[in-house]
Amino acid sequence: MGEITYLEALREGLVEEMERDENVFCMGEDIGAYGGAFKVTDGLLDRFGESRVVDTPISEIGIVGAAAGAGHMGMRPVVEMQFIDFIANAYDILTNYVATARYRAFLPCPMVVRGPSGGYVRGGPFHSQNPEAGFIHTPGLKVVYPATAEDAKGLMKSAIRDDDCVLFFEHKYLYRRIKGAMPEGDHVVPIGKARLAREGRDVSVITYAATVWKALEAAEQVEKEDGLSVEVLDLRTLAPLDDEAIFTTVRKTNRVLVLHEDTRTGGIAGEITARINESCFEWLDAPVLRVTAHDIPLPYAPQLEDFVLPQTSDIVRAVRRLAAY
Amino acid sequence: MAKKTGSGKRETGSGTAVVGNGRARAVQAADPASIRPPSARTRPSPGSRPSAGLTRAQKLDLYYWMRLTRSLEERLVALYRQTKVVGGLFRSLGQEADAVGSAYALERRDILSPLIRNLGSMLVKGATPLEILRQYMAKGDSPTRGRELNIHFGDTDRGFIGQISPLGDMVPVMAGVTMTFKMRRQDRVGLVYVGDGATSTGAFHEGINFAAVQRLPLVVIVENNGYAYSTPIEKQTAATQFVDKAIGYGIPGAQADGNDVLAVYDVTKAAVDRARAGGGVTLVELMTYRRKGHAEHDNQSYVPAGEIERWAAENDPLDRYVVVMREQLGATDEEIAAIDARVVAEVDAATDEAEKSLPPQALDALVGVYADPPAERPLWFREGADRAVDVNERAEGWGTWQSPRTGSA
Repeated sequence: MGEITYLEALREGLVEEMERDENVFCMGEDIGAYGGAFKVTDGLLDRFGESRVVDTPISEIGIVGAAAGAGHMGMRPVVEMQFIDFIANAYDILTNYVATARYRAFLPCPMVVRGPSGGYVRGGPFHSQNPEAGFIHTPGLKVVYPATAEDAKGLMKSAIRDDDCVLFFEHKYLYRRIKGAMPEGDHVVPIGKARLAREGRDVSVITYAATVWKALEAAEQVEKEDGLSVEVLDLRTLAPLDDEAIFTTVRKTNRVLVLHEDTRTGGIAGEITARINESCFEWLDAPVLRVTAHDIPLPYAPQLEDFVLPQTSDIVRAVRRLAAY
Repeated sequence: MAKKTGSGKRETGSGTAVVGNGRARAVQAADPASIRPPSARTRPSPGSRPSAGLTRAQKLDLYYWMRLTRSLEERLVALYRQTKVVGGLFRSLGQEADAVGSAYALERRDILSPLIRNLGSMLVKGATPLEILRQYMAKGDSPTRGRELNIHFGDTDRGFIGQISPLGDMVPVMAGVTMTFKMRRQDRVGLVYVGDGATSTGAFHEGINFAAVQRLPLVVIVENNGYAYSTPIEKQTAATQFVDKAIGYGIPGAQADGNDVLAVYDVTKAAVDRARAGGGVTLVELMTYRRKGHAEHDNQSYVPAGEIERWAAENDPLDRYVVVMREQLGATDEEIAAIDARVVAEVDAATDEAEKSLPPQALDALVGVYADPPAERPLWFREGADRAVDVNERAEGWGTWQSPRTGSA
């Protein structure tokens, strides 16, 4: 079986679930006739028709709210944010309405809000964001952010089948750069389970999305240059966090770097560090370090963006520092 | 306070004024002179009104629901003063016709989303006084098991979906509910209430616009009661009347006297029928007046002197309907007193029952955020100190660390 891109894997997941369950439908801006800004939903309109591939007005509150209402009635909507940056418009309805619905009113919201996220693409301040931290902080939401094509498809299928709202972050840098061979049959990746992307003994790098690939590059480099064995844990799901996988790698290497593309303050690395501190304090041989973006809006110029976002050289430096303890 | 006053010639006869025909007059809800019982001159022939299709028993039913709403809220005030209502108390005094008349225009299979002054709508849809009392008193067997306040609860089977406090959010949600009706080709209609204040929100705009584009079977009712908390409508909008907003969305708009329960029924029924027939969204503005504060704690210091008293004396929806029942239905004093007595008995029985209910168990607070329980250890810091060390202890023999238990290195 041939390999397909991360983006094609997402589409394959969508198509398979729409064929499997007639309650699944897509809504979003320019997703129908145009196929979406990045063409994730390309071809879906022809295949499933206007009632299941709905082009909407520019209304993030409107379509996320409508997805919740449809979810209450037994539908499984998949809503596209044209860029995930625009999810901020729907912050109220996601955090106040959707996230609380099951708890306060026993109303299910089986829905997926998905969209292109992340930087390294010269997108500037409003087409490069990683706003996951605000939603991880909200009880009632699930958040996934795959790094591989296999996980893009498998998590998409799980997210659509999930009985709660799943925010599905897709890394736009990976859309057409990453390929993978899809496993045969009904390929489902469970939400809440991390993936060991690389086994190692000396230092653990805990990360997700595009920086998984940077961590792997760094691991190769320090293996060659320093003889260090680096383990890379790809979280895949950010809410709920896979504590077991995190603690297992900490207890194995005793030295941990938490790496993400999101900004530093209030980012998920702080949360992971706190959990390690609470549950694995005795197992640490070094302080838990973070490599993240700087705390600034993401700039456009390559010289600025590359300086701000975590690069392989930053990871190499941090791993060497940990190994020196 | 500067007021644009209505002419008093507003066409309340049919209960509606269709937008855009130049006949609708500027009306300020906070001016009782502008909301008058229909004059004989403008009243249409009974056959042209949807309410003419209601039986006498149904028309008496409308009174029952309005009386139940008011009596139940009066009971809640008593319980509030006894501190048995643990949170705030929200009244719909003077707005009972607006809530009851509109909900009565729906079929059982239809779904509405109420607002804080739509207790009457929920009762019509099957919410019980016992549920309302337990909910306000934060009981463990309340509809939300003590998780939500006041009338914030719902039941899709009975056809009402609980609101949340951020205003306007229920408009897009009900767009999604009615979108499902349309996709599944179900003969069902949705109705969503917003106040004058919520029309200023982005959620209202995005929801109604999306519903209009999709031609969804949805009725959007703007209850214009003059105030959003303390903010009067002239600080809420520069529009002359809220019903004018319908033009911008390309949908029909209608306005009615919200304190005339039959007029409310008429205007809502017409909108519901249009939605059911595939005619899409209608914006209905109901003119009413909030006689109590935003909540029970609000002393209404911002209301001009005499305004509340005038509405109470001249334009109480129950008083007005009693006149209609006597004059048009031939209802006797005994008949009306019997309904009142039935309501009191029901509220008394529900109160006795609700008082017996227990508060929720604290541990129930942790249950049900997700469909599947999370694997995390919640509130770990309440576990014993010894256990925390045991759980997290590093294997003996590691590094230089010495176990306080064994003393071994």
